[in-house]
Amino acid sequence: MTSQTMDHQNAHHADDHEHDHHQETIATKYLGFWIYLMSDCVLFGTLFATYVVLMNSTAGGPGGSEIFELGFVLIETFLLLFSSFTYGVAVLAMHRGNKSQVLLWLVITFLLGFGFVSMEIYEFAHLIHEGYGPDRSAFLSSFFTLVGTHGLHVSFGLLWMLVLIFQVARKGLTQANEPRIMCLSLFWHFLDVIWICVFTVVYLLGVLQ
Amino acid sequence: MLGKLSLSAIPYHEPIIMGAVGGMALAGLVVVAALTYFRKWTYIWKEWITSVDHKKIGIMYLIVALVMLLRGFADAIMMRTQQLIAYGGAEGYLPPHHYDQIFTAHGVIMIFFVAMGLVIGLMNIAVPLQIGARDVAFPFLNNVSFWMFAAGMVLVNLSLFVGEFAKTGWLAYAPLSGLKYSPGVGVDYWIWALQLSGVGTTLTGVNFFVTILKMRAPGMTMFRMPIFTWTALCTNVLIIAAFPILTVTIALVTLDRYIGTHFFTNDMGGNQMMYTNLIWAWGHPEVYILILPMFGIFSEVVATFSRKRLFGYNTMVWATVAITVLSFLVWLHHFFTMGAGANVNAFFGIATMIIAIPTGVKIFNWLFTMYRGSLQFNAAILWTIGFLITFTIGGMTGVMLAVPGANFVLHNTLFVIAHFHNVIIGGVVFGAMAGISYWFPKAFGFMLDEKWGKRSFWFWLIGFYLAFMPLYILSFMGATRRMQSYVDPSWHPLMVVAWVGAVCILAGIMCTVMQFYVSIRDRKKNRVLSGDPWDARTLEWLAHSPPAFYNFAKIPEVSSVDSLWDRKERGENIYEEPDHYEDIHMPRNTTAGPVLCLFALIMGFALVWHIWWMAIGGFVGVIVTFIVRSFNEDIDYYVPAAEVERIEKEYRQQAEMQA
Repeated sequence: MTSQTMDHQNAHHADDHEHDHHQETIATKYLGFWIYLMSDCVLFGTLFATYVVLMNSTAGGPGGSEIFELGFVLIETFLLLFSSFTYGVAVLAMHRGNKSQVLLWLVITFLLGFGFVSMEIYEFAHLIHEGYGPDRSAFLSSFFTLVGTHGLHVSFGLLWMLVLIFQVARKGLTQANEPRIMCLSLFWHFLDVIWICVFTVVYLLGVLQ
Repeated sequence: MLGKLSLSAIPYHEPIIMGAVGGMALAGLVVVAALTYFRKWTYIWKEWITSVDHKKIGIMYLIVALVMLLRGFADAIMMRTQQLIAYGGAEGYLPPHHYDQIFTAHGVIMIFFVAMGLVIGLMNIAVPLQIGARDVAFPFLNNVSFWMFAAGMVLVNLSLFVGEFAKTGWLAYAPLSGLKYSPGVGVDYWIWALQLSGVGTTLTGVNFFVTILKMRAPGMTMFRMPIFTWTALCTNVLIIAAFPILTVTIALVTLDRYIGTHFFTNDMGGNQMMYTNLIWAWGHPEVYILILPMFGIFSEVVATFSRKRLFGYNTMVWATVAITVLSFLVWLHHFFTMGAGANVNAFFGIATMIIAIPTGVKIFNWLFTMYRGSLQFNAAILWTIGFLITFTIGGMTGVMLAVPGANFVLHNTLFVIAHFHNVIIGGVVFGAMAGISYWFPKAFGFMLDEKWGKRSFWFWLIGFYLAFMPLYILSFMGATRRMQSYVDPSWHPLMVVAWVGAVCILAGIMCTVMQFYVSIRDRKKNRVLSGDPWDARTLEWLAHSPPAFYNFAKIPEVSSVDSLWDRKERGENIYEEPDHYEDIHMPRNTTAGPVLCLFALIMGFALVWHIWWMAIGGFVGVIVTFIVRSFNEDIDYYVPAAEVERIEKEYRQQAEMQA
């Protein structure tokens, strides 16, 4: 860019339309993030369809009712549901402008999410150890892929949360950080909704069979 | 240390491949040497590679797409030449394992790296200007999209001289694409090239969808949007809804190949037809992702050069929306022979035929726009008329294929090949050529040479009919697709005709190359000083040619569909100088975009060859680059009003001097 430019922060006479502009940019960002989530929804939809097609293709291996431990998964589920609640509290604190509360609830959310992922990894490791890995049958392939993709999303969310906690701690609830907190909030609740579908379609239906 | 990679991966013993590699390496060296000699590296880095300007990104998409067209066409003419000589016991010059890679590469390159590049490139150039915006909603992501696309393109080309490409056909049907029947790295190249460029395409979809919904100029309601913007909107909806399916499908093949899952294998409960279903659940919408924007281009071109308002604007919009919805309801017509039963086949057959209705509406809208218009027969309108005739024929053979009974006979024959080339060349290629002829002066500030443009059109048109009409006839004689050689000598005469057609198309491509050369050589003479060389109708022609990096010094107000035309009709001076200029908010260039995609490319290459440490390194590189970028808050700036005024004055002075 050959034109001379002006430093963003020092453009005092640009303050007014900067404010309008900022609101507009944030609204655009939220719409963009929603649309991304919808494309992610299609992604999960495809994995659910795959799972439903393959759930009875056990190739002589175990079916869902033989390997799912509903009690264990229920605890996992509550960890994730509760983490959505604590994230909600963090957002409320953000609206009050209370930085330390935001950080506190984000850390609690992180720990709950971490607990969820750890339990899932334990479940996977346990199944593989028993000889029921993703290479055992098409049913198990689709089970590991669907649940694992959700788990990868949660793990990615945790990494994002870690970075965000650091950014909020360093710079506070700035114009840059607040929309990030909101986007991660959307992402986190979205993953909760997906998990409810996983819990119903995979675990409950699986045990019922 | 290097996984499966060793020196034996380089095909020394294949003279044809080594020749191609040598040619490509030489061309690359010439470019690098020229950039170094003219000391242009800083310029390229600052003005292009790191650019977030939608016009420059659009131009880069077009350049990649046109270069890949040459590669894809080289594959095409090699196949035609093979079928010219390999009959009645002769084996030709391409052994089966090589021929199979060529038809796969041809399909993959033409769809993903030519057609998609042309569509997204033209969208980048025109959409923000048409809606009176200064850039897209997420300029950084736009840069990432392009470089992911480029990274995928590099992987496909790398497969030529390190290892091999897939031998499976462009959609890599299972179980052929599984580890058991394709143990080499070919399918892995296919996987990672498409996965990388697919991520870029999905981001583009989100980006342009939001741009069109959120960033239109004041007064531009949805039903005042130019038709090209409408078709771009629908295409992006399709991208958002369809590409995740491709991502998942490829990921599942990947898991089958890398960790031994059984989604599509023959044993342990795998389901091969699920692969076919999934890939076409993406694949059929993909066809419309390619063609809808072209419909938009033809609408703009027809209205502009008939000097009439587009006939039936509203029906055009609703036809586009109808096609968008229907495109998700027809995927099964690609495999009627699966055996889903008469009822299922009837449903999908009828759904497919129904698509002909909105398409027919469009055809008649274009015809009625031309009716009693004062047509200017330039290259853009020639491409449009060529399209109308060719696409209608292709559409009709499509309806024939939609009849399940007929389809059982025609499935996997050259009829299918002739049909989809009929619509893709007649629709997408002609559309892109019309779009390039139309918007080139906007993007570059000088006209394209008409004479060479018209020559290119005639060679393409005649070449197309010579190359593909014989295939319809051959299919009735029993010729299947993907034949490395055939026995029946009675097919040979028609194969000769098809080969002549391919040579004609080659001449057409050469004419386009000449057209660019001649136009660039005479660019001073063909300079466009008004922003509006065609006396056109929509907002992009209000901006300068080429537009200033901020597009519009003052955001225009819109009161009708053809708002620019209506203002000219009312006798307004559209170039009137505003009484004052304002500061303009613009995004800064990004180094994170290209760096991130370089890491992604390294990761893709490493995964192809199972070089795990390098794959992890590439992945960590992507994540870290993204995080580092999120700490950079200096991503935008204001262009001061005085600077805007200086730039605007400069444009005006140039225009006056010329006048």
